[in-house]
Amino acid sequence: MRLLGKLGLAAAACLLWASSASADTTVKWLHIEVNPAQVKIWEEVARSYEASHPGVKVEMQFLENEAYKAKLPTILQSKDRPHIIYSWAGGVLKTQIEADVLADITDSVKSGGYSDTIAPAALAAFTSNGKVYGLPTALSQVGFLYNKDLMAKGNVDASKIKTWDDLLGAVKTLRAAGVTPIVVGGADKWPLHFYWTHLAVRIGGKPGFDAALKGENGGFAGETFQKSGELFKQLVDLQPFQNGFLGFKNPQAVGYFGDGKAAMILAISSFYHTQRALAADKVGLSDDKLGWFDFPVVPGGKGEPSDTLGGITGWLITKGAPKEATDFLKFFISKDVQARLAAGNFIVPVVKGGEAGLNSAFMKQIAANLAKSNYHQNFYDQSLGPSVGRVVNDVTAEIAGGSMSPQNAAKAIEAAYKQGN
Amino acid sequence: MSSPIGVAGEAAPQVGTRGAVRGPGWDGRFTVLILFLPPALLLFTLFVVLPIGEAAWYSGFNWNGFGRPTNWIGFDNYRFVLETRAFWLALRNNGLIIAVSLAIQLPLALTLALMLAEKFRGAVALRMLFFMPYILAEIATGLIFSFVYDGDYGLVASIWRTFGAEPPHLLASTDTAMLAVLIVVVWKYFGFHMMLFIAALQSLDKNLVEAARIDGATRTQTLRHVVIPLLYPTIRLSVFFAIIGSLQLFDLVMPLTRGGPADSSNTLVSFLYNNGISRMRVGYGSAIGVILFAICVTFAFTYKRWFMRDE
Repeated sequence: MRLLGKLGLAAAACLLWASSASADTTVKWLHIEVNPAQVKIWEEVARSYEASHPGVKVEMQFLENEAYKAKLPTILQSKDRPHIIYSWAGGVLKTQIEADVLADITDSVKSGGYSDTIAPAALAAFTSNGKVYGLPTALSQVGFLYNKDLMAKGNVDASKIKTWDDLLGAVKTLRAAGVTPIVVGGADKWPLHFYWTHLAVRIGGKPGFDAALKGENGGFAGETFQKSGELFKQLVDLQPFQNGFLGFKNPQAVGYFGDGKAAMILAISSFYHTQRALAADKVGLSDDKLGWFDFPVVPGGKGEPSDTLGGITGWLITKGAPKEATDFLKFFISKDVQARLAAGNFIVPVVKGGEAGLNSAFMKQIAANLAKSNYHQNFYDQSLGPSVGRVVNDVTAEIAGGSMSPQNAAKAIEAAYKQGN
Repeated sequence: MSSPIGVAGEAAPQVGTRGAVRGPGWDGRFTVLILFLPPALLLFTLFVVLPIGEAAWYSGFNWNGFGRPTNWIGFDNYRFVLETRAFWLALRNNGLIIAVSLAIQLPLALTLALMLAEKFRGAVALRMLFFMPYILAEIATGLIFSFVYDGDYGLVASIWRTFGAEPPHLLASTDTAMLAVLIVVVWKYFGFHMMLFIAALQSLDKNLVEAARIDGATRTQTLRHVVIPLLYPTIRLSVFFAIIGSLQLFDLVMPLTRGGPADSSNTLVSFLYNNGISRMRVGYGSAIGVILFAICVTFAFTYKRWFMRDE
């Protein structure tokens, strides 16, 4: 009997201890960032949040990019799902909202004027039917990075490349001078889809894309998208890319550019940064050798020259997450933290005032471009969702490889779009 | 996902003999059945039968993996698969792998086995050497060969350059990517089949060979009329492994080409992964899975029935 009593006491003690432990809240944060320098800043932000909020613990979990995309549907439907997850907005976000696995954080975001501190277009990417499901963290722009030395060698003035024909001309001149005009990571396909997509942004503008989504003007099989393919084919026919470009993965291609072996690369603005790490000598091209020009315009196109293609990335709060998760996210996406990340050239900030942290002329230029853009098109392979987006990647790679006509490419995308919706 | 099916079912009935001695027949066997069957049956049902059934069920839906599948579209997923050009390419590639396995890999393995089965200085070292590729992990092999094939820095490139030619990018062209994969497949698996043949050769009844020789048969005649017929069971097994292995090939392809360029080097499984899983098209992917399953099962059962009846 006495033994039983003792056991009972011990059990009660255990219960008490356990309940006091569970009064602490753990915020589980799942990310895909591989750059240790950036993760280090995140860790520091998390620790400082914990210090000012006793009883809250922020736990970071990591998954590799492709694995993350593949596992996410399962993870989100588990009871033990993380509270904060990474997102590229677009079609995947739409499916997640429809599947009812995300939390509506509108009230928390609107309270105290917090939402006014964020760039409206970026916040809109995480808003659906007036409800906010997450917060943006960074923007990026797609355009041409070029190697000043090689352009000079080929006698090409990059500042004069304004139209698509200018670009074609530059490619011809560079080839004649024995310089590899453009490097691209064709095996990954999405670096090739930038050409086709950005051409569509230039030719059709925002109205063109919106109409295609509604199935008007022949949808994605319509004139705008066929013409994108045709213009892309004009470029491909000049053999502008490095030898074996369909076998290059993107990191290899960016490294090739960093090694100074090709004059241009159609890049996400962050490649400015990554070409250093991926170059064979780990130094890459220095600032004074690097230039940038926006994607050339197409005469007669409906898009504005200031329209941009790029990414909008951010964080989502999942359903059932503690309110501390949202609170921490607001703390994380604040002027100070964004300025700090901007200072490390990790992001183009979305919080007003965060751009003050930008210290390189290059990143400032990108930030200015994005600020001026009235139509920022999210990457097609994100905004159209994985099933249609990957078809866009497939067919652009096929146009580049010469195995599909621009017309059939556009038709294939429309067919996938119809199949998926 | 295919071959283990025959195995679990066969294990049970053989157990009863000892029980039959001890008690009145059925009782002993019954105890053994009660004790040993459920765990195997449970695991088999849980991890083999149910997933197969689930895949078949999912293949009737247009479903992205969220929530419950609700959008029933009947056999449309199968139609979509059959309408995809990449599916037929993948099927063709699987056929190519099988053809190359049978026409090049197995004869090569057999020839080497005939040379190395006898005891001579260095035989064991050579066997080890040829078996080594098989031990290497598939992903590692793929990565190594993606460097070997690299048209700028790879081994192939430097060989080409010594002859003063412009090196090709084998993995980047729709014409050569599959060829490059096939070479790796042969390189990696011939050692395994060679070992099978060596083991069989060493357990051959030497008297038969000797008798043939005494009767005045030449070396070729002995080989053709005595040794190879005696190897038939092993050859049939080897062919079986080669075909099932080709149908399941995936982890060599991914690091080499990911099925590209333009789907020219996809196998059925990498096609399933690229078009089903990474696109979150669970229904479509399941339909591919069911088709692959049907191919494997049909093959495995017909082959067992026709060619391996005696074993």
